[in-house]
Amino acid sequence: MNTLLENHTLEGGSEASTLLSSYLLEARFEFLRVLRTPAFAVPTLLFPPLFYLLFGLLLNRNSANASHYLFATYSVFGVMAPALFGFGVGIAIERERGWLSLKNVAPMPPGAYLLAKMAMAGLFALIIYLVLATMAFALGGVRLDAWQWLLLGVITFSGVLPFCALGLMIGSRANASGAPALVNLIYLPMAFLSGLWMPLNLLPDIIGRMAPLWPAYHLSQLALATIGRGDGSSVLPHVAALMAFTVVCFAIARRWLARAA
Amino acid sequence: MNEPADTLAQLENASKRYGPVLALDSVDLQVRRGEVLALLGPNGAGKTTAIGLLLGLLRPDSGSALLFGQAPQALAARRRLGAMLQTGGVPDTLAAGELLALFRSYYPRPLTIADSVAMSGIGELLQVRYGRLSGGQQRRVQFALAICGRPDILFLDEPTTGLDPAARETLWKTIRQLAAGGCAVVLTTHYLEEAEALADRVSVLARGRIVASGSVAQIRARVSQRRVRCVSRLSAEIIADWPEVRSVTRDGERMEIVTDAAEAVVRQLLFEDSGLSELEVRRAGLAEAFVEITREAA
Repeated sequence: MNTLLENHTLEGGSEASTLLSSYLLEARFEFLRVLRTPAFAVPTLLFPPLFYLLFGLLLNRNSANASHYLFATYSVFGVMAPALFGFGVGIAIERERGWLSLKNVAPMPPGAYLLAKMAMAGLFALIIYLVLATMAFALGGVRLDAWQWLLLGVITFSGVLPFCALGLMIGSRANASGAPALVNLIYLPMAFLSGLWMPLNLLPDIIGRMAPLWPAYHLSQLALATIGRGDGSSVLPHVAALMAFTVVCFAIARRWLARAA
Repeated sequence: MNEPADTLAQLENASKRYGPVLALDSVDLQVRRGEVLALLGPNGAGKTTAIGLLLGLLRPDSGSALLFGQAPQALAARRRLGAMLQTGGVPDTLAAGELLALFRSYYPRPLTIADSVAMSGIGELLQVRYGRLSGGQQRRVQFALAICGRPDILFLDEPTTGLDPAARETLWKTIRQLAAGGCAVVLTTHYLEEAEALADRVSVLARGRIVASGSVAQIRARVSQRRVRCVSRLSAEIIADWPEVRSVTRDGERMEIVTDAAEAVVRQLLFEDSGLSELEVRRAGLAEAFVEITREAA
């Protein structure tokens, strides 16, 4: 457990290829593992596009506001599940069942495990984004410049980080049976309270004032600003909040994992 | 006979406590190149804790654990070790061949896939996902993961639990072959015959202490108890009063007698009950015998 988060420097170039193949295999098998778990992969990939189809396109027919706003926020919603479930539930299970112990006994390159899980979460978030973007363009009349489409992709891909860190924190503490419930308890309310399902100005004032507590709110502000639907203020506080959140969760998880060892 | 340099792993005065329970109490243990060391003892004796310390999964509260002369957590040390833990925890969704490829990639000079497969007997399992394997097949895959890195020291925590005899024979053959090649093997087991078949040296743990240590023959001599099972009409109370009988339990018409002098007890049984059937004499399990030893020691 203790080696999981430790930094590691390469000792000589001859090992670099072994190391690289470890990282690649780790990432590939992490992706396969998730794909072969339909109970995880199907809802994760399907829910954001289905919700967007229903609430962004069908129920708000002809509302350019809804199709734009919800395109950005459901992209953020799509970021949350693979990161929170992949890390929170995945690590709790692998820690409890002893897989993590076995890999820590074997000379798994430190970092390979976490990087593989991050890459998986980022890839899933990106796939969801591409599906949403296709729907938004084809059905929702969303028209953006090339840089906006691209930047939104970058935001969704890198936006998994704070949620990976939060998931890591949960996975390093919760037991395997409790982790899914705990993640759901965070995932769905946070999406709602951050205004991912409907704009905050349609919700009670208190919810809007609490929103800066949630990383999903900050990420959605970045996404909205990118497509020109932000509140016009600077995005820097949101970036800073996301970074601070990531660092704090990561540090706590590191302590907890070290104590578990 | 062995130079100190041949010691690959050691515990020195190591203690480990879980809350009020002293799981390991000032244990000294050395593992030398090319030897098979069997750690025996009842559940809760501290076997898995001792292995956990040597593997670096646990840290001793006092004393030290060394692997190749360094901390067991060191990457350089871990590159030379293979392990099969009691809780494998292997993900159900990956195929045996994929798991093997992943673990081989961790090591600087792994065995070839063909060798890993032949030595663990998983040839027909490579395409099968781990979750669809039987318990015994899963143990074989875990064994393959343990040996694929060409380890200098191999830790096997109850490796043959759930294996059929043929698969167990394959594992034993590989373990002997690895030891002959200079690999040190540490194995825990409940089975006396496994220790007899493989071990050069046996250490017996009970309640966190090493209570006996030596060659298999030396240890065997301390296990005198045997179990006599039979179907008999004799009453358990009467047999319990015979000299040399430690205990008698009856389950329906079946009876089980624990004794230090099986021959004398069998002679008496046959003498008193001509209708006695299904007679069976077995050496008591090591684990149970050593519970007895520590009870006497306490």
